[in-house]
Amino acid sequence: MKTEVTPGMFSQAEIAVSKKTPIVMAGFTAIVLVFFGILGTGDVVVWQFTKPDDTFALPDFTVASNTIGLIIGVVLAAITAYAFVLVSQKKHPALWLSLVFGLLAVIALLSWLAAGNKVQFAFILSNAIVLAIPIALGAMAGIMSERVGVVNIAIEGQLLTGAFLAAVVGSLTDNLWVGLLAAMVGAALLSMVLATFSIKFLVDQIIVGVVLNVLVLGVTNFLYSQWLANDGKNANFPGTFPIIEIPVLSEIPILGPALFENRITTYLAFLIIPALWFFLFKTKLGLRARAVGEHPLAADTVGINVARTRFWWVTIGGMVAGLGGAALTIGSVGAFGRDMSGGQGFIALAVVILGRWHPFSAGAAALLFGFAIILRIWANQVSPGIPTDFITMVPYVVTLIAVVGFVGRVRAPAADGQPYIKG
Amino acid sequence: MSTETENRFQTALKEIFSTSATRTVLSVFLGFVVGAIFMVFSNEDVLKAAQYFTARPMDTIAASWSAIADGYSALFRGAIYNYERADDPVAAFRPITETLRFAAPLIAAGLGIALGFRVGLFNIGGNGQLMFGVLWATWISTRVELPFGIHLVVAILMAILGAALLGALVGFLKARTGAHEVIVTIMLNYIAANLLTYFFREESLLRETGGGGTPKSDAPAITAQLPKLLGEDYTLHLGFALAIIAVVVYWWLMERSTIGYRFRMVGHNPHAARTAGINVERTYMYAMAASAAFVGIAAANQALGATSGLSPSVDAGIGFDGITVALLGGSTAPGVLMAGLLFGAFKAGSAPMQVMGLSPEVLGIVQGSIVLFIAAPPLVRAIFRLPKPQKTTVLKDLVKRSSKGEEK
Repeated sequence: MKTEVTPGMFSQAEIAVSKKTPIVMAGFTAIVLVFFGILGTGDVVVWQFTKPDDTFALPDFTVASNTIGLIIGVVLAAITAYAFVLVSQKKHPALWLSLVFGLLAVIALLSWLAAGNKVQFAFILSNAIVLAIPIALGAMAGIMSERVGVVNIAIEGQLLTGAFLAAVVGSLTDNLWVGLLAAMVGAALLSMVLATFSIKFLVDQIIVGVVLNVLVLGVTNFLYSQWLANDGKNANFPGTFPIIEIPVLSEIPILGPALFENRITTYLAFLIIPALWFFLFKTKLGLRARAVGEHPLAADTVGINVARTRFWWVTIGGMVAGLGGAALTIGSVGAFGRDMSGGQGFIALAVVILGRWHPFSAGAAALLFGFAIILRIWANQVSPGIPTDFITMVPYVVTLIAVVGFVGRVRAPAADGQPYIKG
Repeated sequence: MSTETENRFQTALKEIFSTSATRTVLSVFLGFVVGAIFMVFSNEDVLKAAQYFTARPMDTIAASWSAIADGYSALFRGAIYNYERADDPVAAFRPITETLRFAAPLIAAGLGIALGFRVGLFNIGGNGQLMFGVLWATWISTRVELPFGIHLVVAILMAILGAALLGALVGFLKARTGAHEVIVTIMLNYIAANLLTYFFREESLLRETGGGGTPKSDAPAITAQLPKLLGEDYTLHLGFALAIIAVVVYWWLMERSTIGYRFRMVGHNPHAARTAGINVERTYMYAMAASAAFVGIAAANQALGATSGLSPSVDAGIGFDGITVALLGGSTAPGVLMAGLLFGAFKAGSAPMQVMGLSPEVLGIVQGSIVLFIAAPPLVRAIFRLPKPQKTTVLKDLVKRSSKGEEK
């Protein structure tokens, strides 16, 4: 690990908070050891890694619930101790350490929930990915606009627009591809409003975003109850894209079915996330975009058109969010429902910050929330006695801890939210 | 000489038309126009008439007009005065009291969000703070027995305190770790909502005595209910009076008090404020707590204004509506009051519209459009060809001239 720190690269607070990681880890270790291990039940848990009909079926793994809790608890304690040692030597614990820690803690949680039952790992993973797609794509839209300096609170509205248009246009034309296109164009138009207001009219970007959300929610709610609810057969019955199995790759145990047996919307997301990373960090276009977001005056001085760059990145970001919205309807359940995005745009906003404006980290953070949604559904099935309200709370609490403890004073693009007035 | 007076008159006129008050009125008007467009295009009679538009265009126009008139007259009957029940004064005047009742929590929450805006904080967590306040107030109102009078006061204070604590937590986390308030408040919204549901679900905590599986609380004890203001005929309760007091307190806090001066200073320019010796982090913390405290008044309204048990949807989205109220009201005390009344009228007017077969959600569109036009002054100016606001006002001009004259 590099120990060099350029002055000003990290704020004072970030150096001072480095002890938080092991402290938070110690807290989680205690929970796993005490609640899942010592107080846990001895009922067995069956871990099913593959579906029975998979080509390469792995054997099930059967173990007592509290044994897993104890074993993982001890491992977590070791990781925590290691992190404390690192911190005492004034080193930052590496990110992979936190990731391994989190993964083990999740395994312990699943084993505790499913005591006397089965953990269908493939089912959980593939559903988590599908549920994460709208959040991830919304977050990509957020990254694209914030990287050029426009705060995008309107992700929620863009997702809702996409979901609505995909379902309605898809139904009316009887062609899902037209629906997908309509979703992307519609959300892009919404983004153009955001872009125009914030770039040309210099209206406060947060305010425009909030207002657009309210407006889209109002319009879709109205059209839903006035039109779709009465004429659902014609206007709100699009069906879904077929599931495409990619040959060979989908045969890989565990990951194959989760990654390579999906709908086109999911595959597009798989392409968009690395593509965005490539464009942002490996191309001239991306460099210019980031320059505009960090220091618009400097970018302007070297001849980059700040307003135009911002406008197009925000607009294309809207297309991506529209695709995310389409993933909610024609990429998942089909018909549109009232307030279908249900706050996922706000989660995407959190994911942008949690992922530090980086496509891959944001994608991983989105997966956390996708996992959280399926966890709630699954926990209800395997152990109805568990207070599901608390299980539902887990991802939000984890995000809060991550933001407070690990991410801390994240640095947004320097000109994020600042209008640029060409002098 | 005469030309100069004329010029001055023109300047004054220009200023009136470029002030925010005019713009606000025009924005509200435009919002209703947008709503009318949606009413027309979703009306079956209009769509039928439009099929033979070229043959008899007047049919379409007449149908459109009646669609708009029906819709907005239903809103008027539901929100202001029910002229169809003019024979019975109690029923005829009930709508306006309903508007006030719905407006109360919107005003209080709007003030909270507005306070955040003035300090440069975006409190998107009104809903969570409201739910946390409801949790505390409901505990007092259903699980604690206190004498008449004291019970209500304690319950109200607990609602405010509960919300303020959650707000202070946000401010504390922002000050200590730099965690962004937007993300923290969004997360706390979900956490508070789930916590409230859990409390309403658990028998040992707040679940309705003898209640079933659905999360629901008991009705607040009679001693802890907000008393009716206008007798038993109307449901309007003390919550509206609390909201009015909150408006006055907000005005005093922001315009007259030292802490309010600090709030505004940090809001204008945190760097300058820091240079001037203000502890910006601590100010953020106080501001978040104060912002949430106003939301707590809305929480008291929701928890103690009810006469039956509460469900987890007790928030009614007021925390989010508060954002639009604050924006429409320009974050000033009188502005928020007016905006809250307008949106309260929308809520009160929903029922008669529903009865007419028009989805009241059209009011959501009106609400959104109004705030959109408010948020985009250049757009409204462009539509009505209003002049740009002057940088120097006539008053300043006069002062300058008179002082120059004195110098001479």
